[in-house]
Amino acid sequence: MPAALELRAVRKSFGKTAIINGVDLAIEKGERHAVIGPNGAGKSTLFNLVSGRFPLTSGNILLNEQDITGLPPNEINRRGLARSFQITNIFPKLSVYENIRCGVLWSLGHRYSFWKRVGALKDVAERCEAIVDRINLRRRRDTLAGVLSYAEQRALEIGITVAGGPDVILLDEPTAGMSNTETADAVALIRSVTEGKTLVMVEHDMSVVFGLADRISVLVYGQVIATGTPEQIRGNKAVQEAYLGTEQHE
Amino acid sequence: MMNQRPFLHGRRLLTWAATALVLITLPMMFTQSFAISMLSQMGIAIIFALSYNMLLGQTGMLSFGHAVYFGLGAFISVHTLNAIGDGTFHWPVTLIPVIGGLAGLFFGVIFGYVTTKHSGTPFAMISLGIAEMVAACSLMFPTFFGGEGGISTDRAAGEPFLGITYGPGVQVYYLIAGWCFLSMVAMFALTQTPLGRMANAVRDNAERARFIGYNPTRVRYMMLILSSFFAGIAGSLAAMNYELVTAENVGVVASGNVLLMAFIGGVGHFFGPIIGATLVTFIQSALSNYTLAWLLYFGLFFLVMILFAPGGIASLITLHKDAWQVSQVRRLVPAYIAAALAGLIALLGLIGLIEMTYQVETKAEQSGTGMSLFGIAFDAATPTPWITSAAILVVGGVLLWAASRRVRASWTAVALVINARRSA
Repeated sequence: MPAALELRAVRKSFGKTAIINGVDLAIEKGERHAVIGPNGAGKSTLFNLVSGRFPLTSGNILLNEQDITGLPPNEINRRGLARSFQITNIFPKLSVYENIRCGVLWSLGHRYSFWKRVGALKDVAERCEAIVDRINLRRRRDTLAGVLSYAEQRALEIGITVAGGPDVILLDEPTAGMSNTETADAVALIRSVTEGKTLVMVEHDMSVVFGLADRISVLVYGQVIATGTPEQIRGNKAVQEAYLGTEQHE
Repeated sequence: MMNQRPFLHGRRLLTWAATALVLITLPMMFTQSFAISMLSQMGIAIIFALSYNMLLGQTGMLSFGHAVYFGLGAFISVHTLNAIGDGTFHWPVTLIPVIGGLAGLFFGVIFGYVTTKHSGTPFAMISLGIAEMVAACSLMFPTFFGGEGGISTDRAAGEPFLGITYGPGVQVYYLIAGWCFLSMVAMFALTQTPLGRMANAVRDNAERARFIGYNPTRVRYMMLILSSFFAGIAGSLAAMNYELVTAENVGVVASGNVLLMAFIGGVGHFFGPIIGATLVTFIQSALSNYTLAWLLYFGLFFLVMILFAPGGIASLITLHKDAWQVSQVRRLVPAYIAAALAGLIALLGLIGLIEMTYQVETKAEQSGTGMSLFGIAFDAATPTPWITSAAILVVGGVLLWAASRRVRASWTAVALVINARRSA
């Protein structure tokens, strides 16, 4: 089966400090893949490379078998990859609905048009309303995003990410800072919006990781030390030493 | 559903109809040529300030050089009018603003390509650099810019159309009002388009816009080009109104002025710059008839606005609309009256001091130190009027301080009610 997302010998250094040290990774179409690893392992950097936020030092990244290395974020997004951010990254002075609409407009071909009235675009309205329902923010539809609660902003963050109907979705710590109930809601939301899509997520909460992921990759010091199903990762000695083991001691 | 309403739904249609009615009837109410000329200036300023706000308010771009597009549009229009007068070019005078607008757009395409590569402070600096550059060019190319004297024209040069020559001021007013109305509608409509909405998104969070398919540089560039078009229209109308365009029209002072208009009116609302342009034009042309110190008063007014109403007059209006909706405005009225009276007293003292200073410093050699203010004649060289003015200022200041505490207390109470209604 062809990979939805493939990293080939990806390296990234900031000055003399190597953060990503030759990562090879193939994410299959339709799988839910979690990237775990201790703090400072380079998980967020990896996302920033894949989504085009930072340029690679060397290596290649392929999206649906097309080389996207060196493309700007907007080009990568147009090819069907969308990401969320670890630190909530929304449009605070726009309403929930408008936030979602920003995520929808390009994918429906409305681009930079200044001759269409946005309120009259039926396709946009339908998609936006559906997403507002999906992320359970119906009650907050016309509220400014900046005044939402933290958990609501996180849901909106995911809503903006999936609004354009991407094939590959990157979620960076979607449940960070949430209570247990909020986390359970977030997991259900992630499960529903990524149905039939390819998901790659960075996550610290192991119950979320083992509950959602089909496969897991473990990143330590900028290298993938293991990739496999949750069972394989649980039983992997190197992983236990490097990562899971230390957590059990805490 | 809210977003499925047609562009011209009931209340909006009413607003635009009322605007049109006001534009049509104003010169019937104020028939003096001074008033007509001021109304014409207001119409030009409204287009210019709204076009400026497409950058600052809608896309978050602080430009110090927007007059470049206004001024170049004006110069091209002046040359077009002169060509029409010579008979070398045929074009209806009514449609000269189209040419001015296209000229603005053309220079927007060229200069905007450079300026919009950056946002924030670098954009502001580059826009200032372009403004200085064009201002410098205006002295280097006297055939196009007319050197120090500028280029004059005759707006009545074209063929009369249905008896309209654009000779009389009121005909020019209606030309300006018509273009002003069209421009207002067009610029408002633009805020309702995908580009207009994404401009807001880029303003709020340019980085996030990059990850949903949009190139923020492209959004800024397109907004700048469109805004230059409307600035060019305004410049074109100014050329026809004054029949003279000088290097000042492209200069940084003109660029600063439009910033003040947008800011005083309020950049956060579409209608803000309309209020700002009207008010600033009024202050500038009315106040300058009464006092030499008008720029100082204007500066003080701007300072007070920035300090106490950073969102401009438009934000004050929306604030009171909220209070009005929960019928709480009457709780504010006593405090406002107290503050207004105290402010008036302080202002009287301040005016006394400023006017006396001007009399002594700038007018004494010609007309001596004797002067009259509010119908009271006195000699500014004696200490009594100084002491009196200072005392009035101090008393007014103390009263104002007390009244402002009362205003704040009333607002705290009103805000509680507004928040309670909102969450209910």
